[in-house]
Amino acid sequence: MSDQNDHRPTPAIELRNVVKSYGDAVILKKISFTVRRGEAKVILGGSGSGKSTILKLIIGLEKPDEGEIFIDGEEISRYRESQLTRVRQRIGMVFQEGALFDSLSVADNVAYRLHEQGDLEEDEILEIVRKTLGFVDLEDAIEKMPAELSGGMRRRAAIARALVGNPKIMLYDEPTAGLDPLTARTINELVIKLRDLEGVSSVFVTHRLKDVFTMANEYLVHQNGVLRYLTEEEGGLCLINTRLLMLRDGEIIFDGFDEEIRKSSDDYIRKFLS
Amino acid sequence: MDLLSAKTASPLQETVLEIQNLTILGIRSLLNLFRRPLYLRETFEQMDIIGVGSLVITMLTGFFTGAVLALQTSNTLSSFGAMGYTGQLVSISLVRELGPVLTAVVVAGRIGSGIASELGSMLVSEQINAMRALGTDPSKKLVTPRVFASITMVPVLTIICDLVGVLGGLFVAYFLLGISPTLYLTSAYDNLTYSDLVQGLIKPPIFGFLIAIVGCYCGLRTYGGTQGVGRSTTQSVVSSMILIFVSDFFITRLLLAFI
Repeated sequence: MSDQNDHRPTPAIELRNVVKSYGDAVILKKISFTVRRGEAKVILGGSGSGKSTILKLIIGLEKPDEGEIFIDGEEISRYRESQLTRVRQRIGMVFQEGALFDSLSVADNVAYRLHEQGDLEEDEILEIVRKTLGFVDLEDAIEKMPAELSGGMRRRAAIARALVGNPKIMLYDEPTAGLDPLTARTINELVIKLRDLEGVSSVFVTHRLKDVFTMANEYLVHQNGVLRYLTEEEGGLCLINTRLLMLRDGEIIFDGFDEEIRKSSDDYIRKFLS
Repeated sequence: MDLLSAKTASPLQETVLEIQNLTILGIRSLLNLFRRPLYLRETFEQMDIIGVGSLVITMLTGFFTGAVLALQTSNTLSSFGAMGYTGQLVSISLVRELGPVLTAVVVAGRIGSGIASELGSMLVSEQINAMRALGTDPSKKLVTPRVFASITMVPVLTIICDLVGVLGGLFVAYFLLGISPTLYLTSAYDNLTYSDLVQGLIKPPIFGFLIAIVGCYCGLRTYGGTQGVGRSTTQSVVSSMILIFVSDFFITRLLLAFI
């Protein structure tokens, strides 16, 4: 927990000296970083650098070998599965490929968390499902099965499923991988929408530099009752709520803003960005 | 569930870990029966899949096993002039041993493999992780309904297999051997004892538990993508069949000592 004399707001997510290995392979070597409330943290790195493992550690699907993980100031790394259930109600996660339940329709996938909680009537659940699918622009697919959806629709359905219950933390595991540029752009806009309109803190794992610079340069505003995506240049605002974090061989080699990473003299980073 | 840690150990440790993890999963699945939520819809769905879904194949197995038993035993019995005992031999063999074991083997092939491949596919496509992330305990939602359905449905299927098997024997006895149906049925019914029935009814729930828990365990420890799913499915069938035959011997030995 935070020191009582420390009046800074508690970060939404904090990892302290986290080590994780599978057998002899050390995936994460004393990783430490924070995600502030309302901030988007974009994690970059090559395949096998431990990006997805970080997300699994944050939501408690994996346990660290060493170190501590705080969610809203609550240390969760030694929690049992039953204790983690309560923490997970505050977190939404979008898995690679969506991980939709293929035996359930889109509506049932989105309503899954509400059905599990069992404290709402079916009419109320349907209302929430429609509203959430509307947010990701997928109302027409409500009755479809996951197999009938395109890759982009599947990711959007997965985002809708993760959004039910209004989580204040969202984790995205390569949500744009394998998608065409237009669909990937739609997913990025959704993430920006959640960041700027709902104040959701998020961790966004990606390989795509386009995602990084879209999220780091664009923001969403209400202008005369209309939602508009503006770039920093157009709107004159300097975004400070999106930070980048780069991993290499299980270690953090960069943690900062997009302007800083562009100026980095590190060979690996320069190659990655080129 | 730390079911994957078994992959990184030495062969001996691996075996012990496998047994330990299987036991933990088994105990947890039974304890979940007394913990909410109970997932009744999923349980009834599984009872339908396991019970109703396996009915035809179980009846076919029972009928032809009874028929072939009648053929084989009558051949020997006729040399002693004891053809009238065909019904007794068929019914006792089926009720005590063949009904429970053959039903379990059929269910292991049909259901155990299905459970392993379904859960394995869910695991490799991250649906199990998604379930956990959404606040569901997979052992409650996926394992317990399958275990309960198998424990309750395998005995029902065994009773049906026994009955159809006796009818299969009757068919052969009447049409091929010329034994009177009354004589066959009287011999089959009158010579069945309480001990035979107890033996025949204690084994199926144990076999049902083993089939479901091995299927679930193999599914939940799948690794290596779609190839891994195939491997888990095969392993589930092989392991549950071995466990059925081994446990059958020990249960029989135990029951013979006490009943």
